[in-house]
Amino acid sequence: MDARRMSRAVPRVRQVGFFTPNTPAQQPQPQSAAPSSESPPLSDSPASNSLSPVMIPPPRHLSDNLGGRTAAVPVPGRENSGELPTVGSYNPSESVLWLDSPPRSRIGDVELSEGAESSLGWYRRSDSAKFASSLPSGGFNLSTAKHPESVAAVEAKNPLPEQSEAQKEQASSSKPLKAKTTKAERRALQESQRAAKAASRAQANKSGTPGGASSSKPMKQPPQKKDGPPVASSIAASERIGVDWSVEKERKKDLPPPRKQFDDESRGGRAKRRSVLNQPEARNRVELFRHLPPHKNGTQLPYLGSKFFELHEKHPAVYKVGLQYLAGDLSGGNARCIAMLQAFQEAIRDYSTPPEKTLTRDLTSKIGGFVSFLIECRPLSMSMGNAIRFLKSRIARLPLTLSESEAKTTLCSDIDRFINEKIVLADKVILRHAATKIRDGDVLLTYGSSCVVEMILLYAHELGKQFRVVVVDSHPMLEGQKLLRRLLVKGLSCTYTQLNAISYVMHKVTRVFLGASSIFSNGTVYSTVGTASVAMVAHAFRVPVLVCCEAYKFHERVQLDSICFNELGDPDAISKVPGRVDVNYLDNLTDKQKENLELLNLKYDATPSDYISVIVTDYGMIPPTSVPVIVRGYRKEYLLI
Amino acid sequence: MDFQVVVLAGGNSKNLTPLVSKELPKPLLPVANCPVLNYVLHQLEQSNLKDLIVVVEGEDAALLVGAWISGTFIDRLHVEIAAVPEDIGTAGALRAISHHLTAKDILVVSGDLVSDVPPGALAATHRRHDAAVTTMLCSIPVSGPLESGSSGGKDKAKKLGRYNIIGLDPSKQFLLHIATEIEKDARISKRILHAVGQMEMRSDLMDAHMYAFKRSVLQEVLDIKDTFQSLKEDVLPYLVRSQLKSEALLNRTPQGEENSNEKVSSQNNQAFISRILANASTPSFHGLYSENPDGSSSTRKTHKCCVYIASSSSYCVRLNSIQAFMDINRDVTGDADHLLSPNNIIGPSPKLGTKTTVGPNCRLGEGSEMGDKCQVKRSIIGRHCRIGSHVKAVNSVVMNHVTIGDGCIIQGSVICSNVQLQERVVLKDCQVGAGFVVTAGSEYKAESLAKKEK
Repeated sequence: MDARRMSRAVPRVRQVGFFTPNTPAQQPQPQSAAPSSESPPLSDSPASNSLSPVMIPPPRHLSDNLGGRTAAVPVPGRENSGELPTVGSYNPSESVLWLDSPPRSRIGDVELSEGAESSLGWYRRSDSAKFASSLPSGGFNLSTAKHPESVAAVEAKNPLPEQSEAQKEQASSSKPLKAKTTKAERRALQESQRAAKAASRAQANKSGTPGGASSSKPMKQPPQKKDGPPVASSIAASERIGVDWSVEKERKKDLPPPRKQFDDESRGGRAKRRSVLNQPEARNRVELFRHLPPHKNGTQLPYLGSKFFELHEKHPAVYKVGLQYLAGDLSGGNARCIAMLQAFQEAIRDYSTPPEKTLTRDLTSKIGGFVSFLIECRPLSMSMGNAIRFLKSRIARLPLTLSESEAKTTLCSDIDRFINEKIVLADKVILRHAATKIRDGDVLLTYGSSCVVEMILLYAHELGKQFRVVVVDSHPMLEGQKLLRRLLVKGLSCTYTQLNAISYVMHKVTRVFLGASSIFSNGTVYSTVGTASVAMVAHAFRVPVLVCCEAYKFHERVQLDSICFNELGDPDAISKVPGRVDVNYLDNLTDKQKENLELLNLKYDATPSDYISVIVTDYGMIPPTSVPVIVRGYRKEYLLI
Repeated sequence: MDFQVVVLAGGNSKNLTPLVSKELPKPLLPVANCPVLNYVLHQLEQSNLKDLIVVVEGEDAALLVGAWISGTFIDRLHVEIAAVPEDIGTAGALRAISHHLTAKDILVVSGDLVSDVPPGALAATHRRHDAAVTTMLCSIPVSGPLESGSSGGKDKAKKLGRYNIIGLDPSKQFLLHIATEIEKDARISKRILHAVGQMEMRSDLMDAHMYAFKRSVLQEVLDIKDTFQSLKEDVLPYLVRSQLKSEALLNRTPQGEENSNEKVSSQNNQAFISRILANASTPSFHGLYSENPDGSSSTRKTHKCCVYIASSSSYCVRLNSIQAFMDINRDVTGDADHLLSPNNIIGPSPKLGTKTTVGPNCRLGEGSEMGDKCQVKRSIIGRHCRIGSHVKAVNSVVMNHVTIGDGCIIQGSVICSNVQLQERVVLKDCQVGAGFVVTAGSEYKAESLAKKEK
């Protein structure tokens, strides 16, 4: 193991060495720059002095989290194995990181926390980096080595108040803004490096086993090296404010535009005129969710179909995908994303630039038209949003010198690469990671039908592991039955139950595997409705919850509830029982009685990160707190490929 | 949208004698003063389908139809006229023009369909399911109860044989069984029944003769089964019957795609992606059936036969009998008058004599003259007709250049072009062929009058 790591250390050092002129300057900076950032707190020093312990109350959350998490340890105790402690062991330190990480990026006076934390973050960073790269092969011995480290990190947290006090006193009158942003930059760089390292190691390790993965590695490496110089130079030139402004601007550009509120009547008119589909009436919709786009139910299908030949500017492939979204023939984040990308690919192949227009601009607007058509059929998922951003950035970055056919082939191969790297390969990596967490005798619980989880279960079954699966399902989609069928066909032993009986099966379960539609940068998991309940019940029963999600589904948005952003399903679907026409208690109500009835069929919910033990992603197994790291690293990567 | 449209206009139809003749092939039979083919072409034009192939039986008919189309749709549609020999059936006609078909999917429309169902809806269903064939079903039109029942009853009895027995799956998306005539026994494939589990048999639906075919499938079937004559009676039932054991030929295209990817790894990835996509969609019984019980990859080839059921509010009738002709004439001027393309509604107002009344749901062609004290109710009168005094026309169709003498009474009849009705003729439920001369004072009831073939 050591010998192997040494041999691999050479390229790793080379890669880091690219930044060596800057990295030594970084290490002292936490001490020197952190004081400089304390000037705003100093200007209103009494307030900030009293504020800072409120923002980060170290004793409270230490005890809190340790209490909560060590309470979670009994599970490993029950398991009597060294593997599960990995879940429990890194949690305390990481949850500390999480508690102070959200304010860090927000307000100026949290600089204190950042300075303090970054000074001791060194322990933890090495720790979590190791963890993120803890691969199926190396996971065991690393986890044993980690125990003392995490303890050390926790202990190092204790001197935090004194240290921060000392730093505050050191505070000098330097420019606060500059220092703040440079620090943020450095942190981002550092973390992206770490993520990249973890990814490259994951790639390297994996390339040993399957033959296909090795080809992707050289493809991935150069972009990262390419993206090195500009970032490094921005660090070197970090004293200049101009750079920071441009960075800020770019960041603003990346932010999603404010979403349309559907209860805003002043804006509704314009959208209605432009839309292809009729907007259904807003009758009998739940007050709290009126801001969400209303569900376009199947009755729109013939209407859209009748326009089949009229909407000739929509490519037939895109049209087909839109129809499938609308009819509900195609669901699931990955499948929808792949179908959309393949349709775009076909559209790009058939595309020809009209005269007196440039490909870049015309194609971008064309793709935009496709996307808005697809949104009308069904709101986009986060993964699709990310894929669209990738495609648009690829179009925007096409060199002007390319001929049209070259540009088209480039884009098509880019799309292929996106599908292969971000979905197919990512899934394969996730399989290998997650399969290490399945042991003989396990009882695994899953909810709904997630394609990654299904692949994990089948993969583990192929490996010859002996385990049982509990498939939890819920109305009205009953997707679990599809999963159940496929699992049973492959010979797994399964238990099928409904969501409302979950607390009765949970005590037998040893692991919960969940899929996700998206993961937000505060660690919130956005997934099929019901996932949150499953995760909470599992948490209450001290069962570890593993969320499996490809990194391209991560989103930088922060969301705290499932109200402000969600998707509405067909309200009639929940009032009917499939196959039972005789169950129609709601049908014979009079119209007046129905006026008081509001049906709510939500599609998604948000699971707070507290209930998630680990996120299995293509960059490794990470705690929910590390999502922003990957989001940032990922963003750089896909913009600069 | 990568659809090619074939309009099977037909030629002379035996069902419609004496209305159609050599001079007036079926596609040009006027319905409310404009040829029936106009309804189909107008509908297609509305759907932005401007490249059409119109297949006509017989060279002479093709010339006539071609002349009319080029005169009417001169710069609006791009139409190819293909003449095929008579009596080779619909499948034969398609076989004859098979080498013209290049697009991925073929939309086949019968030229005698009077409908307001957008063809796009059918095409969308076809695409959504990636079906081999999609057919449009519509509810059987209410056969018009004319005031005088006798002939209507006779026609209805004849029509009974045309009912379709149609088997649908519970979601009403797939066609499981189709039989044209009522036989004593209906043979239903046990395999299909087993795979679906539940089949709904309907007799209140009618095949509207609008099909979307996957081109490869259609051409293969036409090539191999060279005895097939009719789309409706041979090709469609064959495809429906064989949907769960379709020969490898029907699935040739996907295999070709796979072979083009030479690399093993990329093929592996393709399989991965297709598995994700397949798992995401709700499996139809085809998919479930094609899976072998032991879970290995699909070896059984299937294809899908879909249906698009037009909503009951839409209008959809085929002009394939005299009764249907009367019904369509009545409906087009009455309930379904939105079908008339605006440029063909009415010419300059005809000259009417004193005390002549024209009731509702009537249509008068340009240049027609009517004498005094006529009564016209629910009737259509063509161009340049001369109608004398005291004529009563109810529920009738009078085509162009007809001369009607004084005191005629016409009820529920069709009078073709250039017919001369002398004084005091009484016609009830009759069809008068083109150029016939009805002598003065004669009375006919439920008869078909035509010139003797020379």
